Amino acid sequence: MSLHSLLDTLFPAGHAVAVEGKLIAGTAQAGDGPVAVLGTTDAAAIGHDIALGLAGRLLDLIEQHPGRPIVFLVDTSGQALSRAEELLCLNGSLAHLARCVDLARRQGHRSVALVTGQAVSGGFLSFGLMADQTFALADAQVRVMDLKAMARVTKIPHERLVELAGSSPTFAPGAENYQRMGAIAAIWPQASAALLDAALAGVDHGDTRLLAGRERGGRMLGAAVVDAVLAAG
Amino acid sequence: MNARQPFTLRRSWFEATARARLQALLDPASFREFLPPETSEPSPHLAVLDIPGAFDDGVIIGAGRLDGREVLVIAQEGQFMGGAVGEIHGAKIVGLLKRAQRDKPAAVLFLADSGGVRLHEANAGLIAISEIMRAVLDTRAAGVPVLALVGGSCGAFGGMGIVTRLCSAVIMSEEGRLALSGPEVIETVAGVEEFDSKDRALVWRVTGGKHRYLTGDCAALAEDEAADFSRVAAQLLAGWQEDVPSLAALRAEQARLSTRRTRFAGLRDGLDVWAALGVAEPGQVPLMDRDSLVDLKKGLPQ
Repeated sequence: MSLHSLLDTLFPAGHAVAVEGKLIAGTAQAGDGPVAVLGTTDAAAIGHDIALGLAGRLLDLIEQHPGRPIVFLVDTSGQALSRAEELLCLNGSLAHLARCVDLARRQGHRSVALVTGQAVSGGFLSFGLMADQTFALADAQVRVMDLKAMARVTKIPHERLVELAGSSPTFAPGAENYQRMGAIAAIWPQASAALLDAALAGVDHGDTRLLAGRERGGRMLGAAVVDAVLAAG
Repeated sequence: MNARQPFTLRRSWFEATARARLQALLDPASFREFLPPETSEPSPHLAVLDIPGAFDDGVIIGAGRLDGREVLVIAQEGQFMGGAVGEIHGAKIVGLLKRAQRDKPAAVLFLADSGGVRLHEANAGLIAISEIMRAVLDTRAAGVPVLALVGGSCGAFGGMGIVTRLCSAVIMSEEGRLALSGPEVIETVAGVEEFDSKDRALVWRVTGGKHRYLTGDCAALAEDEAADFSRVAAQLLAGWQEDVPSLAALRAEQARLSTRRTRFAGLRDGLDVWAALGVAEPGQVPLMDRDSLVDLKKGLPQ
């Protein structure tokens, strides 16, 4: 689905969203009023420019439209891979973007992220996973690394990883695995204005992903570990 | 010399284990571990892959005192799976940070030593890092400063590089490295011309403590020894006021990062950045001791 038809589907009442390079920014009309639309397209690699571009727009939003909900559209192949980007502390710019999403939450902006294409590692961490809740389209690709590369790095045979991936959501790519582990709230069969409106209405500001992961049977250890740390003498 | 280490002249932070770092960093006999190895189980996600686990899952958490102040601590063990974050490892950190929000210690000291996500538990690790990111910001918003100490053999990379920069302040040694993608990853994907990961001097000029200090991404430099990390952390905390998250503060950071992006556009080596910062002899920076570098930075034009 092209970005334009995706926007038409999500926001039938209208949208004014611009694409600059691979950065998406604008405003749209959701069921309950105007929302800010921010994100990336075409499997963007997140470098300083995109990170600071999104961060700057978030700060403008907080200042100019207090409380307006945010819809993040996520399509990122991860972080930009270059020495020049690292020289200027790319992790710092991604941290800054994450802090801007976090500030919006603290100032009362609800936020929903929708993975429309890829969601990989650092790019996903910096804004998609910082939203109040994250959703994914059915054909979205969510991962840290594909199994072939993982086999190479971990020196575990590819066939063994494929076999284990059938029974464990812990390491293999796939939005369903992230849903079972609590990081993706739900997978949408297709883009839908009704689903988006329901998502925006149901947002919870707290981080409940560990509990969701346990309830769904995908992450059975983490929540108990947190409780044990809180109870330790 | 330091009273805490009567039997050794100098103990390298870079080479030490996480436990040794904590023992030497905190006031004598003040450290108390939460979920110590004898009460814990190793990661079943590693066992299923026939990889030997560790009872602490590569991170030690607990409480102690730093120069008399009550602190909570997190210390990643770079010598176990590169300090990488898996499900249990990550949940221990999240739990410690939630405890800090409840108990309000003087600070959380986060001794980072990690390549980021543990690939063997890739999804669990990525999600845990996202949870740590939010927990660090919640801890700071609760008024508790979180100091990152970076000087271990694995540095702070990947998602742990992001976490480190979410902390209230970063203390690094010259040997410490802080970045997002590791040089090996960039070399593999983009070629050795882009980043030669075997060129140690270059790696340090791009990711190392001195460079991060000169560009303001790390607040203070420590010598490669626990006693000095201890001294620098105590010094930072003495006057620390953890500010509530604010638009003004993030506007200022946005301006700093944007200006820098323009000012250093196209540069690919720390030497070029230092020259652009006004360092007269950038080639001398790698040879300078800590105090000389601190003086040098004070004298740079703003």
